[in-house]
Amino acid sequence: MAMQFKKPSRRQFLIGGSVGVAVGGGLLLGYAVSGPSRRELAEGAAAQGGERFVTTWLKISPDNIVTIYVPHADMGQGTITALAMMAAEELEADWSLVRAEQAPAEKAFANEALGNRFVAGEDVPPMLKGLNAAAWTKIAQFMNLQITGGSMAVRYTGHHGMRVTGAAAKDMLVKAAAARWGVSPSDCVAALSTVTGPNGQSATYGELAADAAGYAPSAAPVLKSKKDYTIVGTARPRFDIPGKVNGTAKYGIDAEAPGMLYAAPKLAPVFGSTVVSYDASEILSRRGVKKVVEFPGGVAVIADNYWRAKEAAAALEVTFDTKGGEAVSSETIFAGHDAAIATGKSEDDKVIGDAASVFAAQGADIVEASYRVPYLAHACMEPMNCTVWIRDGKADVWVGVQDPLGTRARVADISGIGFENVKVHPMLLGGGFGRRIPIREGFFNFPSEIDFATIVAKEVDAPVKFIYSREDDIQHDAYRIASSSRLRVALDEKGLPTAWENIYVHKDEPGEAPHIPYAIPNQSIRFVEVENHVPRGPWRSVAHTQHTFFNESFIDELAHRAGADPYEYRRALLEGQPRHQAVLDLAAKKAGWGKPLAEGRFHGIAVQQSFGSIVAEVAEISVEEGAVRVHRVTAAVDCGEVIHPDTAAQQVESGIIYGLTAALYGEIAIEGGAVAQTNFTDYEMLHLSETPVIDVHFVESGAPIGGLGEPATPVVSAAVSNGVYAATGKRIRQLPLKNHDLTPAPGKLAQAAD
Amino acid sequence: MAITLKVNGTTHSLDIEPEMPLLWALRDELGLTGTKFGCGVAACGACTVHVDGVATRTCVTPVEAVDGAEITTIEGLAATSGAAEGMLAPVQQAWIDAQVPQCGYCQSGMLMAVSALLAENPRPTDEDIDAAITNVCRCGTYPRVRAAIRSVTAA
Repeated sequence: MAMQFKKPSRRQFLIGGSVGVAVGGGLLLGYAVSGPSRRELAEGAAAQGGERFVTTWLKISPDNIVTIYVPHADMGQGTITALAMMAAEELEADWSLVRAEQAPAEKAFANEALGNRFVAGEDVPPMLKGLNAAAWTKIAQFMNLQITGGSMAVRYTGHHGMRVTGAAAKDMLVKAAAARWGVSPSDCVAALSTVTGPNGQSATYGELAADAAGYAPSAAPVLKSKKDYTIVGTARPRFDIPGKVNGTAKYGIDAEAPGMLYAAPKLAPVFGSTVVSYDASEILSRRGVKKVVEFPGGVAVIADNYWRAKEAAAALEVTFDTKGGEAVSSETIFAGHDAAIATGKSEDDKVIGDAASVFAAQGADIVEASYRVPYLAHACMEPMNCTVWIRDGKADVWVGVQDPLGTRARVADISGIGFENVKVHPMLLGGGFGRRIPIREGFFNFPSEIDFATIVAKEVDAPVKFIYSREDDIQHDAYRIASSSRLRVALDEKGLPTAWENIYVHKDEPGEAPHIPYAIPNQSIRFVEVENHVPRGPWRSVAHTQHTFFNESFIDELAHRAGADPYEYRRALLEGQPRHQAVLDLAAKKAGWGKPLAEGRFHGIAVQQSFGSIVAEVAEISVEEGAVRVHRVTAAVDCGEVIHPDTAAQQVESGIIYGLTAALYGEIAIEGGAVAQTNFTDYEMLHLSETPVIDVHFVESGAPIGGLGEPATPVVSAAVSNGVYAATGKRIRQLPLKNHDLTPAPGKLAQAAD
Repeated sequence: MAITLKVNGTTHSLDIEPEMPLLWALRDELGLTGTKFGCGVAACGACTVHVDGVATRTCVTPVEAVDGAEITTIEGLAATSGAAEGMLAPVQQAWIDAQVPQCGYCQSGMLMAVSALLAENPRPTDEDIDAAITNVCRCGTYPRVRAAIRSVTAA
């Protein structure tokens, strides 16, 4: 299959080009695979009035403004600014002349840097593997890859795409200047968006852009040395922030189109149920109500104002069929997990040595514990929505998504309108966290609000803004799975594990999430599959959320059992893992691990590698009136290299608060086949008043750049739970913490409550 | 029934149901989309505006309850605070300086809640802030929200 992405030959490159002699050839990375022909595509999509694409994703206009087109959604993680910084650094641009925006949903802007890494056999964020595998079957589908997730923007697109693009563009500008002045390029210097020559000549990038476009992008431009960076590694103000403080930022829900109507759904509460009957006669007589449209799993009410549509939908009586899902509850789901684990019929995930023999040995000191976590909703602040206008065989779509091109393909499929006739207008996302992905191959393939909006829009002669209520959003998500894990170890005389067994429910993404960094000679990590009808999807850090809680809590149990300090115990088992040890050491040192804390305060620690970064967190907690209070979280993060120190720290803060919310409160319960929770009133959120002080410390180890959007999230549940053990002697083996009464039993404070 | 809404200094007469929540009158009738829909039950604060200077969650506020009142939305916050044309209210500038927003969706409501608090209580204690700013932010901008408030109150 990889042959479809083989390096373009010099001949292909020359034929493809229409802007002069392509010099280059050889290895072309990312941006340049399609060569000048692709550049022309991009010009058609985004360039106007004398602007030229010097290389894809990078545009220089005659007034010397550089615009970077970023093929990722900025959900608030600062991607667009960070990636523009990486390109601008290599371009030697004057940052004050740099602009950046999200790339249009056109194939010219598909994310080839990611594709090339995949072809080269490098690790692609596992949450995308399912999608990629499906897409392999059709090259056109692969070209639709424009996804944001897997904490990959900076480490893939930025490192392999933006840096190379900026460096190649700089080379082209220098060549253009040198030719203009009749001097050698090596005698010219590019700096601050200007090329200067050996005899005092000077030209701005804007003045050189048209000439530069005549050169083929260089095959393998020389990248700057980190010590020469002036932009990367500094905290540049984000491009997206001004519009977010004055009300002008436009999210999907703010889309406007002429004559637009609004749709509110009445959705089948039980996943998979479909409409049997409904009587719309009363609501159709209501003010502003235009129409009702049935779609798989519900009925949408169309009105001239969302409130009118929502009120009418609420009043609409719909009978749904029953397909058996009604018998499913959280109790039956977890009982199913326990039964499946107990059968012993599990599949191998990772096997080292011979754990079974160790467990079977005479006199083995065996410790076992079972853990579980519930379903979680994403609860993005912006409820799910999608605006679709279908007319004259064309569709316009306004939506904030983590994959605009994938959305375009999805709408084309659902509507029957060809890909070329679908235009997606990417809008800002009011939160993503894995929720806003239109196709979830590899996860539960279920219809989404984008599908529904498209089906509804086909039946309405106007643009339709389809909006989920918060209740719809909580009850019709693609959830972080409920999972269970039975952990077992055999211990040596020092209390160190000689065998580690884990049987868990569902082999989720990323595949390495259940694996442990600890030096245990015999490991048997296995899984069982238990199907049910609840949709599942990627949730910030995906499978790391459950496995980090399981593994890092259990290792903490073992440390206490051995009478060891939990930090030192981990450290000893991390022999040969210097990056893990370094973040563990730094977090412990910065938190003052082992030093006296204020009265009633306790520490818990945990560490996990995910998405190429390693994060250790120390939580400082107290237990007040039977509930945990988190005062401070100290995080040490090795992400290889920090591009933007401020947004990097912000992502760690964000990840911790997202994970802490889930650890304290997060629980989607299934009752009668449907989600029991409804809104923020019963799916509770962390508030400002409960937010701990968060200290973030980075280790720039020089390892390949790791992601930052997710890796801080999974660690905090274990760090806090381990702190709860230190405070109360109660081992938390099920989340969320709100379900545990932590009031110490009289006289039993220091005993493990197994 | 005609409802009179005075929004950001402009008076609108709207023929809408008296029970329509102010949120949807602002967004769908007046096109002021800076005020956000988050929960519909006054649990998150994304829809906060000022009604006669008081932070008010509009998703549960019927328009009849604010008929004739002075309503300020995020679009009018700078002007209401006395900022010159094209300039920002002090809290908005503090938000930029501290780079508070991430996805930004909750920040209109957050800014309206904070500006109302500071108008009433220019030197809030941390407890005052905790009690008044109960807006939900899923991106976890809370530490920076507090820092940005403190940059204003320390000025």
